Amino acid sequence: MSYLTFFVQHSDEIFAATLEHLQLVVIAMSMAILIGVPLGLLLVHRKVLRTIALSIASILQTIPSLALFGFLIPIPFIGGIGKRTAIVALALYALLPILRNTYVGLTSIDAAVLESAEAMGMTSTQILLRVRFPLAFPFILAGIRTATIITIGVATIAAAIGAGGLGTFIFRGVALVSDKLLLAGAIPAALLAILADLLLGFLERRLRVI
Amino acid sequence: MNTKALTTSEDLIKFRDVFFSVRGGESREILSCVSLGVPHGETLVLLGRSGSGKTTLLKLINGMLVPTQGEVLVQQRRTTDWNLIQLRRRIGYVIQDAGLFPHFTVAENVGLIPTLEKWGSRRIAARVEELLQLVGLEPRDFANRRPRELSGGQRQRVGVARALAADPPILLMDEPFGALDPVTRAEMQREFSALARRLGKTIVFVTHDLREALFLASRIILLEAGQVVASGSPRTFMQIDHPEVRAFAASLAINPGAPV
Repeated sequence: MSYLTFFVQHSDEIFAATLEHLQLVVIAMSMAILIGVPLGLLLVHRKVLRTIALSIASILQTIPSLALFGFLIPIPFIGGIGKRTAIVALALYALLPILRNTYVGLTSIDAAVLESAEAMGMTSTQILLRVRFPLAFPFILAGIRTATIITIGVATIAAAIGAGGLGTFIFRGVALVSDKLLLAGAIPAALLAILADLLLGFLERRLRVI
Repeated sequence: MNTKALTTSEDLIKFRDVFFSVRGGESREILSCVSLGVPHGETLVLLGRSGSGKTTLLKLINGMLVPTQGEVLVQQRRTTDWNLIQLRRRIGYVIQDAGLFPHFTVAENVGLIPTLEKWGSRRIAARVEELLQLVGLEPRDFANRRPRELSGGQRQRVGVARALAADPPILLMDEPFGALDPVTRAEMQREFSALARRLGKTIVFVTHDLREALFLASRIILLEAGQVVASGSPRTFMQIDHPEVRAFAASLAINPGAPV
């Protein structure tokens, strides 16, 4: 059986797995953005919290992804086998690029601009929301783009803890030494990553304010 | 504080024995024992070399810095007693790179303080138009441009317009024309001097350029290593017998034929 006929015969399953994969990524990324961006805003004026938050996020990123999934399984409420655990792990993984880019974007603004804003009598909240945030937006989006691509890749491993997605084919392919199964998982995952990269890159250019 | 104080001949800005030092490993004194007053309507030029403390002095006026010792009064009230936001809204501020908001159009930059002060949109638009005309920028051509689409001189004009937006009684200017080419700088100096006379603002202007000081000032104060070493009108300043005055005068003499 050729590769093509294999993919055509199993197109329904591949499509369903791709959707499932996308679902994992979208939910995890939404969580990471909802936590990472506000947290990044909060870190601008709080030095201690910044050190703690960035350190924790960096440490999380150093944990091998398979191990992170494993660690979460015994934790009550968020743990267990299945999608929930996988989503939490993916969100934790995506947190660092988003948090770091948000913080860097907010703090790497031309000193003269911030000095004028302060001297004009803008409150620090006004400066944060009207000056820092819009100017940091391209940075934040770049962080989201990086995080999304990482998450699409790492999500293939989520199948190891029963979360489904394209990883299911890959793990089966490894077990059965079938490159057809491997490719049925790997190709859609790669395509998703490329697509996300293009889409978010386009958005980044469109929304560039300066 | 009543508004009457504005109209008296009392000094609008007053420094009383002001010291300022930065704490670091060892504390370094930037200003020592500065006392001076700026009466209403004066254009006071702070002259001095880099590091003489002129910018620090300027930032003490709008509360960006707080004296280590002594007090700075604006409209007879200590800067430490002012609500800083209210104080700064009464003080226009123009710096060397203009510091325009790159994500705002020219109109949005100029109209920012009125927007924050919750003026109506029609009033803001009228004010922006008036100000752009005042600084010599045709509103139709410039209102919707972004700062990166402007030349250095145009950016500085927008900076001046923005500082004037809420009609503040005081203007602080930190080498506003320092980064401009000589021709544009001379043009801006001429126009600004006419504008300053017309608006009757109290202006504190920082520069290291003696010629600019002589041209714009109603009074020049010379700072050296954080202390006021000479003070005089442009007419009398050059006659002051002080080594730093002579050093500045000598800097003019390098260019033969420079008007003094």
